[in-house]
Amino acid sequence: MANEISRRLFIKGGLAAIGTVGASSLPLPATVRGATQGALATLIDIRKCIGCEACVEACQEVNEPKFPEPEKPFPKMYPSRVKVSDWSDERDVMDRLTPYNWLFIQEATVTVNGEEQTFTIPRRCMHCQNPPCADLCPWGAARKLKNGITRIDADICLGGSKCKAVCPWHIPERQTGVGLYMDILPAFAGNGVMYKCDRCYDRLEQGELPACIEVCPENVQKIGPRDEIIKEAHAIAKEINGHIYGEKENGGTNTIYVSPVPFEELNKAMEKGPGKPHMKPVEDSMAHADNLAKAMVIAPLAGAVAALGKFYKFTKNDNGSEESRK
Amino acid sequence: MKSHNRYELSGGQRILRWLYVLTLIVMGFTGFGQMPIFKRYYIADIPGMAWAANFFLTHYIHYLGAIFLFALIAYVILGYILSGRKQFSLTASAYVRIALLGGIVVTGIFRVFKNLPDVVFFPGFTLFIDIAHLGFMMVYIFSALFFLIIKSGWVVRKSY
Repeated sequence: MANEISRRLFIKGGLAAIGTVGASSLPLPATVRGATQGALATLIDIRKCIGCEACVEACQEVNEPKFPEPEKPFPKMYPSRVKVSDWSDERDVMDRLTPYNWLFIQEATVTVNGEEQTFTIPRRCMHCQNPPCADLCPWGAARKLKNGITRIDADICLGGSKCKAVCPWHIPERQTGVGLYMDILPAFAGNGVMYKCDRCYDRLEQGELPACIEVCPENVQKIGPRDEIIKEAHAIAKEINGHIYGEKENGGTNTIYVSPVPFEELNKAMEKGPGKPHMKPVEDSMAHADNLAKAMVIAPLAGAVAALGKFYKFTKNDNGSEESRK
Repeated sequence: MKSHNRYELSGGQRILRWLYVLTLIVMGFTGFGQMPIFKRYYIADIPGMAWAANFFLTHYIHYLGAIFLFALIAYVILGYILSGRKQFSLTASAYVRIALLGGIVVTGIFRVFKNLPDVVFFPGFTLFIDIAHLGFMMVYIFSALFFLIIKSGWVVRKSY
């Protein structure tokens, strides 16, 4: 075990250093910079990932200024069933999603052609095309951006955790004792701020790559206009007789995984639970709302037709009575 | 000179009124349910109320309510324009309610629009829409209660 860890650390340190030196200040590719209007997606080829966690460390380092610095002791919250979510003393946790760790490496050991093979998969927010977290956030704190990012604004999030409840992968994680709720009614409403991957929106604005992509020594991830990423994912899948995850899930996401083994098998083999999302097929959770929105356009017409029908009937009856009076 | 008298609602109008009140109650409840408060404050623990903590379900019901409300509003507005305004005039409290209801409906439409795929609002606007929608509804509830107490209806019969 000790050998395994030291070897892993060695590979991780060495490759991360090579990757960082080689890719330091890598600008966003021209195709990405030019795509200011459309959604950008990331392609994650899990065959390439060696689980070195360089991306995880880079994510933590780059996003450290955004991490919560909660005020303690936490205000007493009512009723007593409201639980404190405190990760501030466990900032080093890297094997799951936390408010201080927005990306982690999930492992899945499966049998491929009779041989056991372990896949390491970078996991973070999928950045859905129609994200229920942003659609159903009652406060506008979670929102989608034009470039395909879904981000939570820490300045206005109240930490109600609704985004986590409606996220098919339950990605956002809460930290108590920080954020706007502390200035409103900390005892009775809100419970902190929700945190998750924002795909380095600020770096993208500066024309830089997200940190996890920049430091990866194996080029596991790439970013580009979604249609191009989808094309490339299909080309790889065709070449290796592989599988795609994220293109159709939840109506489509901006994180596209390609794997040589079915995601159903990977999902079965991976450890799942709090902070460790699944890789199951996901129906479009906002499809019902989109369909009802169309019905809302027709509804006033139906009401108007009913009113016209009633008026016509009323007028006809009225004329009939007048005729009979003559 | 024009004078105003309260009048008795017809059977159909009574049904319309109760449908409207019931729709607003359902919309109000499911609207508040969009905030994560029903589980926190034990509402969802009341037997038979567990559904109130299901955000997708309350959202679905809220949308269904909006569809019905839109149809109802169109029916009543057109009915009033075609035949009602000859016999009835709107009261001052009706204008207040129409303004508030208009605020609820317009902000609600924007909220639905924002939830469609490929529609992105700038951040401050979404926050404004959310707060305004809630604010209009809160003011509407209090004004409706006030108008109920002072027994001010929507219309009065015209008499010359």
